[in-house]
Amino acid sequence: MLGFVIGRCLQALVVMLVMSLVVFTGVYAIGNPLDILIPPEAPQDIREATIARFGLDRPIWEQYLYFLLNVLQGDFGRSFIYNMPVLTLILSRLPATLELALAAVLGATLIGVPLGIYAGYRPTSVAARLIMGLSILGFSVPTFWVGLILILAFAVSLGWLPAGGRGPTVLLFGVPWSFTSLEGLSHLLLPALNLSLFKLAMMIRLARAGTREIILTDTVKFARAAGISEATILRRHVLKLISIPIVTVFGLEFGSTLAFAVVTETIFSWPGLGKLIIDSITSLDRPVMVAYLILIAALFVTINLLVDISYAALDPRLRGGRGA
Amino acid sequence: MSGFMEQLRAFWVEFRESGIAVAALFVIALILVLALLAPVIAPQDPYDLTGLSLRDARRPPGHVGSAGYMHLLGTDAQGRDLFSAILYGLRISIQMGLAAGLAALLLGASVGLAAAYFGGRFETFAMRIVDLQLSFPAILLALILVALLGQGKAQLIAALVAAQYAYFARTAYGAAKAERRKDYIEAAVATPLSDKRILFRHLLPNCMPPLIVVATVQIANSIALEATLSFLGLGLPVTEPSLGMLISNGFQYMMSGRYWISVYPGVALIILIVAINLVGDQIRDQFNPRLRR
Repeated sequence: MLGFVIGRCLQALVVMLVMSLVVFTGVYAIGNPLDILIPPEAPQDIREATIARFGLDRPIWEQYLYFLLNVLQGDFGRSFIYNMPVLTLILSRLPATLELALAAVLGATLIGVPLGIYAGYRPTSVAARLIMGLSILGFSVPTFWVGLILILAFAVSLGWLPAGGRGPTVLLFGVPWSFTSLEGLSHLLLPALNLSLFKLAMMIRLARAGTREIILTDTVKFARAAGISEATILRRHVLKLISIPIVTVFGLEFGSTLAFAVVTETIFSWPGLGKLIIDSITSLDRPVMVAYLILIAALFVTINLLVDISYAALDPRLRGGRGA
Repeated sequence: MSGFMEQLRAFWVEFRESGIAVAALFVIALILVLALLAPVIAPQDPYDLTGLSLRDARRPPGHVGSAGYMHLLGTDAQGRDLFSAILYGLRISIQMGLAAGLAALLLGASVGLAAAYFGGRFETFAMRIVDLQLSFPAILLALILVALLGQGKAQLIAALVAAQYAYFARTAYGAAKAERRKDYIEAAVATPLSDKRILFRHLLPNCMPPLIVVATVQIANSIALEATLSFLGLGLPVTEPSLGMLISNGFQYMMSGRYWISVYPGVALIILIVAINLVGDQIRDQFNPRLRR
């Protein structure tokens, strides 16, 4: 088991190293950051000073090594546009994205699981068919389009909710949050709903499939024979048994929710990480792009590593020579 | 060949039983015809700038413009007839979806088949990369690649293929792995047939059903992904306005209630994607041995 864990950790490290190299050289190859950094009418000495300050005159491999050394010390460089350390910039945008993603995943679970259980419990009812039809729509309709329609319906036509932005935030443990005030919540509602629709469709399907299986087992038969009410059976047996796969997916999907936040944040002008990366791509803010991509890659590699290791801990057959 | 035609006919007889799937197929065919005949049907060439007049800009659906015909779905900020723009946009979206989907099928199926057939280190290495990619959301991968490669049609197709080939590779690998152990492949390996021939003439045809299912879904996904990237301003250049870009262009006018510039291109996009997914669902059910009667 220890060998397996070490092997997988090494593999993850190699993947991270390759990712950082690919991202760094890839981002290096596009656009010339000098165009943004220096106005065209700037005198020659300022040009040269700026080039030297950002290390742009060195060969690319030297820049990469320098970059790698700095990253290991937690320094991702300074943003060209915001003129502040990239890590500080990213950390300042992280709470907004985390809040949005958490609200979306929680919302999807709290609404999706009961709907899914119902659809699995009464699979032939009209309501169940309606729920499943909605889940197909949730899977196939692109997120950005749903976001537009939400804005059109609730912000432009009805005027009930704000169309974008984060609204006022309240400091809690030194971090700004939206969900602690009513005004902030009204700003959070539409983007969270938008981001949650795909997860909602998935939760409904998972809960439905699980319920349909469990409702046919002996456990449920005997519980019914013992005269336990249907509501109690659903709550005590069905919900408990389907919660294992749901919790797994909840964890796995959290990472992809952060990624999908890119689209939702752009539509709703939500000042999070996703909006930051899109802005940095369009403005060629190289250090921000590189840092964001590497951090996201690290997040996914870590999630995969944890999943691999926990599966191996649960199922000894996976520990063998294969793979590692 | 006649065996194949018979299979196709049997497939169609079963397919016909699902009313929704047939309707969806009809919708897809209709959209394809509309997109192909866009230059004939469209009342205006939306990219001939001399034909545009700003006097017609942002007019609601049903407005009769200065050119004397009715703008069925209204006009956009440049005075472009939206119905024409949507027809031309559909062309580009479908073109991108098909190109990316088929290229991903080709690449993914090759990787998956080769991994299953040759085995050994190549198998471990290739499938490890595929698994790693599958755990990464496609949208993020495409976003990274577009950021790295820059904008353009070829770059976008490359990004879409790289983001999606892993699904085909996984599917082909699973199917081929099961076929590989069967006697007919073992027998073929024992004969002096070349690897290429065994791979493409014996293994591939028997792995096609699941690949076809994935292909339908992935073509719909490529179209959606391309629209999303174009909406974010990272997709095609302005000279190739796909549906995603039309939606993006109309977004800023939506706040002032001029909904049609965004909404109608979006409706066209959704109808296309949902129709492809419905057909894909039916094909999946028909290929699923557990649902066989």
